[in-house]
Amino acid sequence: MSEVTVYAEKCKGCRYCAGVCNQDAISFSEKSNAAGYQFAQVDPEKCIQCGLCYTVCPDCVFEIA
Amino acid sequence: MAVTRVKPKLIGENNQYCSGCGHGILNRLVAEVLEELGRADDAILVTAVGCACMMNELWQGDNMQAAHGRAPASATAIKRLRPENIVFTYQGDGDLSSIGIAEILHATARNEKFTTIFANNGVFGMTGGQMAPTTLVGQKTTTTHFGRDPQFTGMPVKIVELLATLKPAYLARGSVDSIKNINTTKKYIRNAFEAQIDSEGFSLVEVLLPCPTNWHLTPEQALERVGSTVEAYYPLGEVVKRGE
Repeated sequence: MSEVTVYAEKCKGCRYCAGVCNQDAISFSEKSNAAGYQFAQVDPEKCIQCGLCYTVCPDCVFEIA
Repeated sequence: MAVTRVKPKLIGENNQYCSGCGHGILNRLVAEVLEELGRADDAILVTAVGCACMMNELWQGDNMQAAHGRAPASATAIKRLRPENIVFTYQGDGDLSSIGIAEILHATARNEKFTTIFANNGVFGMTGGQMAPTTLVGQKTTTTHFGRDPQFTGMPVKIVELLATLKPAYLARGSVDSIKNINTTKKYIRNAFEAQIDSEGFSLVEVLLPCPTNWHLTPEQALERVGSTVEAYYPLGEVVKRGE
């Protein structure tokens, strides 16, 4: 079973991933990362590892392996 | 269906692009295609000037930076001296379609056997969002406060259609505004590199990118504008297919 890893420190909070996620599994943190962006968080209960967030992410925040 | 998706090794850890910049997506697509073709180790990237040249710092393979707009001239020399390597230029619209238009026109006219990835976001990004030759009619920039007026500045340049008259090996225009268009753009990039590998001649893929910072939109609004407004003037598709 594959898992999604979120590299929160790379996230710039553009929210493209939330726009393409069919499962509504992506939310954004209330705290900011070191660069000052609210970062993406994946709900493992809802995620089906389809890879759409990886495809649209400009910053390689997501890894599915 | 669960899939495996891991960042290509050609892409470094942190890019310097703004939040929501389309360059990040396009850089990754190029790296993915080269790794899938098994040519990651012998590909040579040539950039020029603009936001696109920040790809140099992100790129983990061989690369060089040419003078402003002159990446096709440098790539011509590299490809002629090292025909066994994959050589490609990565240029923005402020670079390729303005100061560099002579170089790209003549590289196409000579049918040089390298590939150009042309990132079109309709503004000079790095210098603060001035009007580029590709800025749409009516679009507000820092040098067209009331929107681009075609009576004063003419019409936006369509590079792919312009170069099509010279009959290079492959020309296409893609976009990154949806998953479908991102996947199609990746196929175009693969076709372009395969045309180079088969020594068919010059290949170019134009890709429409969002620039949320200089369009003064949120990233999501900028991506929506690419799909609704930019693609209306710049139609997507293969303009010159391989073997035509």
